Amino acid sequence: MIEDLQVVKVGMADLNVVQGSGIIRTTGLGSCVGLTLYDPAAHIVGMAHVMLPSSETAREGQLNLMKYADTAIPMLLEKIDRLGGIRRRLVAKMAGGAQMFAFNSMSDTMRIGPRNVENCKEMLKQFSIPLLAEDTGGNYGRTVEMNCQTGILHIRSVQIGVKEI
Amino acid sequence: MDIFRNLAEINLDVLKEVGNIGAGHAATALSRLVDKPIDMGVPAVRMLAFDEIADQVGGSEQVVIATFLRVEGDAPGNLFFIMKPHAAKRLLRYLAGLQVGSEDEYSEMELSALSEIGNILAGSYLSSLADFTGLFMTPTVPALAIDMAGAILSFGLLQFGQMGDGALLIDTTFLEGDEEVEGQFFLIPDPPSFAKIFRALGVPYE
Repeated sequence: MIEDLQVVKVGMADLNVVQGSGIIRTTGLGSCVGLTLYDPAAHIVGMAHVMLPSSETAREGQLNLMKYADTAIPMLLEKIDRLGGIRRRLVAKMAGGAQMFAFNSMSDTMRIGPRNVENCKEMLKQFSIPLLAEDTGGNYGRTVEMNCQTGILHIRSVQIGVKEI
Repeated sequence: MDIFRNLAEINLDVLKEVGNIGAGHAATALSRLVDKPIDMGVPAVRMLAFDEIADQVGGSEQVVIATFLRVEGDAPGNLFFIMKPHAAKRLLRYLAGLQVGSEDEYSEMELSALSEIGNILAGSYLSSLADFTGLFMTPTVPALAIDMAGAILSFGLLQFGQMGDGALLIDTTFLEGDEEVEGQFFLIPDPPSFAKIFRALGVPYE
């Protein structure tokens, strides 16, 4: 492994892109979804840390577009466009969307993980981007990273260990 | 999140007192349980960006043992009791008769004991809070998780997520004699609950 790789961090309700060589990562995904869009020819990876499924429920004044599945994915696509990525080459992977705590009285807010996953998939379908692989659901947290040379998504969790998709 | 930007000094003091009362009773309960004196840090009331919240317990990837319960009733919110693995193991060792394994393994018995500790502490935090405010607060059955702090805490931020990019957190730390952190309480009231807490305590707000 080369140690000096540039590492781009994506926070909660955040997104970013990396091109050429480098790693992009986001940590501590619970019910949030870490979604990557990869252009294998241009070696561009865009990653979003989606917190909530839909901006329709937002009650904030200044909308943070990076927080919601329906607004983060279009914004990520624009960033990839600007770097010279080609939309029809893009492939998606995602991880997260867990149900960290299970309760009997499940209100809709409690089911946020699965709903995040559903809405991300819905958006990918709208933009005709194929979902190559996913590691979603369960009841545990995940940290994910992707190297823009390989497009492999590394997933680390406390309970399961390391996984690659 | 403008409503929290101009909270008066007195409002912050009231929220600190809320943390004080809740955690004070819980500290007494814990102290009886392990038969050792447990001290408390001064409660902190802070408006934090989502990413900073996990930093309060050592970062998003720090493995923590968390008891989570959802508070329902007049002033809904989320309550976490968080321990780091070494503190959890130390606590288990204090409890008579438990053979304690390494930090990344938990036996059935240890999990059950931790779950019960969390249960007792969170229950006493909440019931003293309900007494103090006169508000009706009822806990869901507490759930235990051992996982990354970011993954666990983000679950308590969803109600805030629809309103902005930060949350108001009442943070109280437990200390054992030599100042080692035993555990931390995070109370994250839902945004509309603040007005109810202030009103219940007769404090002017807005």
